[in-house]
Amino acid sequence: MTLSPSSPSAPRILAVASAGGHWHQLGQICAAFDPADVTYVTTLDGLPQKSGFERFALVQDCNKNAPVKALRCTIQMAGVLMRTRPDVIITTGALPGVIALVLGWVMRRRTIWVDSIANAEEASSSGKLAKRFATLWLSQWESVAQAEGGRYEGSLL
Amino acid sequence: MIFVTVGTQLPFDRLVSMIDELAGKHALQVFAQTADPGASYKHIDHAPYLTPDEYDDIIARTTILVGHAGIGTILTAKKVEKPVIVMPRKASLGEHRNEHQLATARHLEGQEGVYIAHDRATLSELLNRNDLTPASFRDTPEKTRLQQFLRNFVYEA
Repeated sequence: MTLSPSSPSAPRILAVASAGGHWHQLGQICAAFDPADVTYVTTLDGLPQKSGFERFALVQDCNKNAPVKALRCTIQMAGVLMRTRPDVIITTGALPGVIALVLGWVMRRRTIWVDSIANAEEASSSGKLAKRFATLWLSQWESVAQAEGGRYEGSLL
Repeated sequence: MIFVTVGTQLPFDRLVSMIDELAGKHALQVFAQTADPGASYKHIDHAPYLTPDEYDDIIARTTILVGHAGIGTILTAKKVEKPVIVMPRKASLGEHRNEHQLATARHLEGQEGVYIAHDRATLSELLNRNDLTPASFRDTPEKTRLQQFLRNFVYEA
């Protein structure tokens, strides 16, 4: 699917989240961007269509207890990155988001982690994992941002 | 029906007992999820835990959600768009490890559809009102701030 970017110099944005609360939050955050600049990646068929997103890719859902699935997700995500050539990768988690950030970091893209609002006391384990691969690491809770050496710049809640 | 939920980690007898007493006094129809297999109350239906299906079924019949000031409670209320009354747990009363629920309550203060009850009198007053407005994922200043910040970060670098 080709959609013209909002302007010739507009960044290509890859927005990644696993199904569930992460996906819900990603959609709210990406409402800030021009729709034509964003390609979405999630783990459940039907979610992007339901939101009316035209450009999307699906990858294997995975967590740290499922290494084979994580490998499959990584291979698929690498394919998505090669096809879409994003300038910026943004994710709310969980492990598929970490994988996207690591790949983006390897490719020297700008990478953004927004830790889920559910993590009000401590950063998520995937968020902690993602930290060294993120150009920008945000928590939606001031105290968590402080504890993790990240930034607080607002909250969906 | 009023649905009371205290999460799955720790009982919150102070809240559920108040509700039980108010249910008796004002003839309120209440179902409480107590996280306490040994709990017994006089005027309300209750269960320690619910399956996801039971939870969905109860939520569908709920008119007012009451809970501890946990993120799960708030997210549920905003998602299903019902009014929510929260009472923060107090670490000083042994109800939690730290006072983060007070911080959450402060963060939520003034949001449409989210009502904070620190004591029995406020809880009673709120439960007897019939003009509570539903919570929702509408824009808040903190949400706009996060979206603006990310837009600037992505487009102006």
